[in-house]
Amino acid sequence: MAIVMDANRVSRSITRIAHEIIERNHGAGNLALIGILARGVPIATRLAGELKALSNEDVPVGALDITLYRDDLRGHGAGSQPVIRRTDVPFSIDDRVILLVDDVLFTGRTIRAAFDALIDFGRPRAIQLVALVDRGHRELPIRADYVGRNIPTARTQSVQVRLAEIDGRDEVEVSE
Amino acid sequence: MSTATTSLRSRHLLGISELDPGEIDLVMQTSHAMKEVALRPIKKVPTLRGRTVINLFFEPSTRTRMSFELAEKRLSADTLGMTTSGSSVVKGETLWDTARTLEAMSPDMIVMRHAASGAAHHLAKITRGSIINAGDGMHEHPTQALLDAFTITERKGRLAGLTVAIVGDLVHSRVFRSNALLLTRMGATVRACGPATLMPPGLDRLGVQVTTSLDEAVEGADVVMMLRVQYERMQGLYLPSVREYFSLFGLTPARLERAAPDVIVMHPGPMNRGVEIDSEVADGPWSVILDQVANGVAVRMAALYLLAGGDGEEARA
Repeated sequence: MAIVMDANRVSRSITRIAHEIIERNHGAGNLALIGILARGVPIATRLAGELKALSNEDVPVGALDITLYRDDLRGHGAGSQPVIRRTDVPFSIDDRVILLVDDVLFTGRTIRAAFDALIDFGRPRAIQLVALVDRGHRELPIRADYVGRNIPTARTQSVQVRLAEIDGRDEVEVSE
Repeated sequence: MSTATTSLRSRHLLGISELDPGEIDLVMQTSHAMKEVALRPIKKVPTLRGRTVINLFFEPSTRTRMSFELAEKRLSADTLGMTTSGSSVVKGETLWDTARTLEAMSPDMIVMRHAASGAAHHLAKITRGSIINAGDGMHEHPTQALLDAFTITERKGRLAGLTVAIVGDLVHSRVFRSNALLLTRMGATVRACGPATLMPPGLDRLGVQVTTSLDEAVEGADVVMMLRVQYERMQGLYLPSVREYFSLFGLTPARLERAAPDVIVMHPGPMNRGVEIDSEVADGPWSVILDQVANGVAVRMAALYLLAGGDGEEARA
């Protein structure tokens, strides 16, 4: 049970990532943020605020539920299906640079599903990946372009990101 | 989030009578998410890839069958359909033998409509896959009630506390039965209205208010749901004439003036214009009849998804 990021650290990470996004993309024009539900969305919204402050550009924010694209919806009977939340991408992603935002990057399978979902929405010019935490243990050749913090973990541990918008406070906890 | 229902208890969807309020909420919430798929440039997700769904329609159906087919295709399931004409059923095969034959093809799900009440329950006992009841005789039509509830919630933001008048041929109507069960379970007040000859006995046991006066039923109602007069199920003298039925139970703009100012009018279709509903109402600003059709696809996607099961390894961190 260790808090590996407190509210300050979460906030500074998001600010730093915003700077990196501006630097790498030479500004914030033609960008769009898409958060993966649930906790990618508040992070994306905060990044939009930071980008606005830094560049005065309004970067649109969308919400993506990847459940319908998961690769583990097999099996039959007794099991319960993951709850689906509503996707909301109220802008065209065609020819935009999409910043895909998630709280924790782990096996990479969620991101793989998100790619499939995004491609159904259009043809972005590029997709860049933002993760507040990279905890390792990738099962697919996927890496983040922007990382809040790399946290080495054992596979069996769990990483819980809490955000004020959903959980009432900002922190990242690693537990056994 | 912590106490919300996140799965259905049964692997079949046979009737509203088997769903609790939490499960109904889960279907509503999942339908809301599914509806978004229809807004995308590519209206298809890979969720049920590799699953086989058989649509078994022993009774004529246009919208329900097409709605299920579209829902299945949007979820990438492999679908095949069977209607009674052109199948071995016309050669005298029994439901039991048809079911056993299809079972040997190991479908993951069977969507069935049948003229006999209880047919879906019967099928559920002999198949390994999931059964969705798409209407069994005069018993239940659960996906219709779910899509009606979803449509009402979309417009009114809730079900609890609403007054819903359901008017018409109550005795033959599985749509009425499923709706009455669902709406009362979710805290709405249901008024059942129709001619005495088309009212089943024991209506009060459903927890609904009963009246033979359309004006009484419509008074202050938030929702008026008109049912189709089902001539095909009437072997006998239920109604003196279509004109008399329309004058007593047909919904007209004048009749609607008694309802709540923001009343919505629903009809499960197909409509008999000039029998149970005036064209001016059917096509008027109150009507959400086409919303019902659009929502039908989303609700059936939700039902198919939730019944598809699977408790795979959690991929998220």
